[in-house]
Amino acid sequence: METIHLTGDTLNNFATEIRQTTGEDTSRCYQCGNCTAGCPYTEFFDYPVSQIMRMIQTGQREKALNSRAIWLCATCETCSTRCPCEIDVADVMDGLRNIAYREKRFTERDIRTFYEAFLTSLKHHGRIFELEIIARYNLKSGHLLTDADLGPKVMKQLHFLPKRIKGRDDVARIIKRFMEKK
Amino acid sequence: MIEKEYAYYAGCSLEGTASSYDRSIRVILKALGATLRETEDWSCCGSTPAHAMDHVLAGALAARNLAIVERMETATLTTPCPSCLSAFKKAHAKVTQDKAFSDEVNQLLDLPYKGGVKAKSTLQVIYEDVGPDAVTSKVTTVLPDLKAACYYGCILSRPPKLAAFDDPENPVSMDRLLAACGVDVRDFVFKTECCGAAFGVPKKEMVLRLTHKVLTMVQDCGANCVVVACPLCQQNLDLRQAQVNRAMGSSFSIPILYFSQVLGLAFGFQPEELGLDKHIVSADALIRSRRPKGAEDAAPPVKEKARKSTAQGTAGKPGDAPGAEGTASAAKEA
Amino acid sequence: MRVGVFICHCGNNIAGTVDVARAAEETAKLPHVVYSTHYMYTCSEPGQDEIKQAIKRENLDRVVVAACSPRMHELTFRRTVEKAGLNRYFFEMANIREHISWIGENKELNTNKAIEAVRMAVEKVIRDKPLHSTAFKINKRVLVIGAGVAGMQSALDCADGGLDVVLVEKSPAIGGMMARLDKTFPTIDCSICILGPKMVDVAQHEHISLHAYSEIEEIKGYVGNYQVKVRKKTPYVDWTKCTGCGECMEKCPTKNAYDRFNFGVAPTRAINIPFPQAIPKKATIDAQYCRQIQKGKCGVCAKVCRANAINFELPDQFVTEEVGAIIVASGYGLIDQELLPEYGGGRYPDVITGIQYERLLNASGPTSGHIQRPSDGTEPKSIVFVSCAGSRDKSIGIPYCSNFCCMYIAKQAILTKDHIPDSQSYVFYMDIRATGKGYDEFTRRAQEDYGAKYIRGRVSRIYPKGKKMIVQGADTLLGAKVEVEADLVVLATAATAAPGAAALAEKLHISYDTHGFYVESHPKLRPVETNTAGVYLAGAAQGPKDIPASVGQGSAAAAKVLALFSRDMLESDPAIARVNQNACVGCLKCVKTCPFQAIKEQELRGGEVVASVIETICAGCGVCTSTCPCGAIQLQHFTDNQLLAEVNSLCLS
Repeated sequence: METIHLTGDTLNNFATEIRQTTGEDTSRCYQCGNCTAGCPYTEFFDYPVSQIMRMIQTGQREKALNSRAIWLCATCETCSTRCPCEIDVADVMDGLRNIAYREKRFTERDIRTFYEAFLTSLKHHGRIFELEIIARYNLKSGHLLTDADLGPKVMKQLHFLPKRIKGRDDVARIIKRFMEKK
Repeated sequence: MIEKEYAYYAGCSLEGTASSYDRSIRVILKALGATLRETEDWSCCGSTPAHAMDHVLAGALAARNLAIVERMETATLTTPCPSCLSAFKKAHAKVTQDKAFSDEVNQLLDLPYKGGVKAKSTLQVIYEDVGPDAVTSKVTTVLPDLKAACYYGCILSRPPKLAAFDDPENPVSMDRLLAACGVDVRDFVFKTECCGAAFGVPKKEMVLRLTHKVLTMVQDCGANCVVVACPLCQQNLDLRQAQVNRAMGSSFSIPILYFSQVLGLAFGFQPEELGLDKHIVSADALIRSRRPKGAEDAAPPVKEKARKSTAQGTAGKPGDAPGAEGTASAAKEA
Repeated sequence: MRVGVFICHCGNNIAGTVDVARAAEETAKLPHVVYSTHYMYTCSEPGQDEIKQAIKRENLDRVVVAACSPRMHELTFRRTVEKAGLNRYFFEMANIREHISWIGENKELNTNKAIEAVRMAVEKVIRDKPLHSTAFKINKRVLVIGAGVAGMQSALDCADGGLDVVLVEKSPAIGGMMARLDKTFPTIDCSICILGPKMVDVAQHEHISLHAYSEIEEIKGYVGNYQVKVRKKTPYVDWTKCTGCGECMEKCPTKNAYDRFNFGVAPTRAINIPFPQAIPKKATIDAQYCRQIQKGKCGVCAKVCRANAINFELPDQFVTEEVGAIIVASGYGLIDQELLPEYGGGRYPDVITGIQYERLLNASGPTSGHIQRPSDGTEPKSIVFVSCAGSRDKSIGIPYCSNFCCMYIAKQAILTKDHIPDSQSYVFYMDIRATGKGYDEFTRRAQEDYGAKYIRGRVSRIYPKGKKMIVQGADTLLGAKVEVEADLVVLATAATAAPGAAALAEKLHISYDTHGFYVESHPKLRPVETNTAGVYLAGAAQGPKDIPASVGQGSAAAAKVLALFSRDMLESDPAIARVNQNACVGCLKCVKTCPFQAIKEQELRGGEVVASVIETICAGCGVCTSTCPCGAIQLQHFTDNQLLAEVNSLCLS
């Protein structure tokens, strides 16, 4: 196991960054583990939530941003609801995803592909077109048969043509302005 | 008191796989005397993917809709979808509390959002503005075979500060509304446990395991159906139930109903009017026994055709009942 | 007028950020100041000698010391100037430490500010009037509120010291929380076996008079002379006749009354004696559950009582006790499980609290000491203890540690193994706080000798599955989520202030913190005193504490009272309100606003009505002076003129 060198210079930078991104003060966390205990996704995570919080407290930026956990969190808010220190832990996880997104660290490729398919559909139509997302996802992820087993009754519920809304240009503009700003 | 008008935001799911939720919500709100005004030219709230990418982008995508509602001059926005609701509430909270965030969001928008919209889930509208008593007054039909587990999902009442609705650990609004319809509601302990949400496509194995846990607890509490208020929960539990059975070696056959469908049935509407025919796991066997309220317990269940005329003959269609608002307000005041 | 100014270095505390030499030089130029100097430690004996000598040498008639807060040393210097022949009120203190040197870093600005502080003090001191205190007699009886272990200790120590003690207890029997405990840590002594003799002593002591089932209605007066009105709540039983035979309890048909003594572990009867060793051993009717009182139908107890003691018409009674000092030992409360919805919020019968478990362990408890699941009476084999159930939880407004839970959980884990040898205990903890003598060793014994499995992590959720309770927790040392299938879950619910603590504090004129615990006069040096003279604190009313600490405080408070009563007379503080009856228009606003009822209306010979201050009651708070529309009522030593002169000097500078 590696020796982690805790140095004063960088020790608090990450926590400060998270505070700026989310407004949450991770120094309030006393590592009780409540978030890990309640998290329905702990069994799928590489690091439990409380350890992600610890990484922020000790400046382990690389490890936290490259973790799978931050992508596998589905924001169920159990951690935020039960945190005795009143930290919005789910928002911290979201903030970590935001930073990882900016830095193009996508440890969970499939989730990224799904998100991109979602946002592409959103950009094109202003609303989400479920069939298109699945099609795009299957193509991009290489998992060509995802949900093919759901059968015809499900497929019947999906629109085969996207709804066209007037505001789809508005939405495209929002995304364009956002991309230009970044 | 029920407001005459609500700005209504269906959300993308309700145009697709969850169209039966949309349909049943519209039917029962009409019956309860509320008018839904469409949020004109609404767009996607941004949902989980936008939030994962960037809070400002997510805020802007949600706020575009809030800005539209703001100009409709309708006090309250209601959406049946907890995920959309959460996106709106988060955007609203940040825009109204954080000036810098508000500026960044409005820079992305054509029409700025000033922070004047109050968003409520449609469940909240029915529970708080209408109330269980007024719901009871609309009931024409009993559903004797339904043993319901109310499944609220994770974000309808959480985190409590943001949701500001019901109890974060043991929500009761749906339980009480169903009880108001005379439905046997079971004590279900996984009311807010996560089903895996949007990860059905990219992380199916995760969703199947979480959903399996939920369905197991449903069976344990003696329920024969799950009643939900979230299109994602419905999707994961209903659409994927066969996948769960294949992956986990289980043999669940548990219908997953929207609470609005159960209320609709109790109000005397037909299953097709409420989109029940769209569901993968059929609820037919459970609702076949429904019969007019007040009929003898021993009386045989009404036949589909005959029932319609009986219902109209005795109580009339709920939507036609006069003074719906009066009843609701009286109930609330009482 | 000849004013002397003494500026203290306080080592480096003041001199570090204030140029004391320049301050002395500058303040020497102020009007009326004839002498100004600086000294390393003015409060030291040589420092005080310096003041005394300067008064003689320079013929000073007023003194200003610029040093720390007057709370620290005002009294010291008042005595110093008095010894040198001045009236002790011809002295002012400028606080240049807490207000200046400790909070500012810029030495020049600090020095300027210090000079201004001295200038204000000089303006005040030249306007000070000589004041003289009067002596009054002390009533050497003491009131102790609360007969838990802390209050009983205070009462016994005071009584053994020869004082008459009035002991008031809210519940029908004395003993408090300790009487409910099974064993005590870290010695595993039987709690009632060590408390019982003390309870008997209290009951039999010739100097202690006990009012059980009584509450404080009203307190008037001041240190040395309090009048306390006590409400003796009606037990609907004439206690002078009741023999404590228990026949009524056996025959009472209401079997579902809430058992306050046993914290609802099992129901009790509407008429009951709380526990076998109860003192006084008298029956009390819980009116809420009594059929006769609620519905007018029953009266079974009256029929079976051979002493003819039942009286459904018996009203509350009031007695007034005159005492000279008060010890508050009103104890603590516990949060309701409702605050913990993630643990079921009290909906699950097999999730109980630590104190309820204590009653299950106790031989005199509802299960005769057999550990049984409340749901089905079976013996649990897998028991989970959850520490910090509500403690250290900002989200429910309890950020503090409840102090004793870590230890009682270790004790309960040990006792569980003794009771059920094939059981397994699990303890979820965040930190093990075991700092007392022999405490840490005790928690080690629970793990090493009794096999309790300690898991470092908080429990997130508890829910039923079949007959088991699923405890969902984390083991942060493993970095994993863990689940335990428990038969019984024991929550170490957070300790809170006793119900009604705030209302009692207001009657006593003492302060309480945001959580309702009473505030001591100084957290280190005056731990059992309050800021109200003659009122002392003992036990968990001041903050959660265990038995040894409560007993220690009980004795400490008694020692304070014994010291106070070692004198026959007390001196009053002359810095009190005084009415200029020529200026008073008789509006009597001051009478209404005085929090101490120290102002009364007085009719002069001409028939005009004016306000008049009862000197012995006035606490010198000054509320009246700001209420008076015509400046007729003035607080001595803090008159409008004196205070305005200070403000003026600041504004003119």
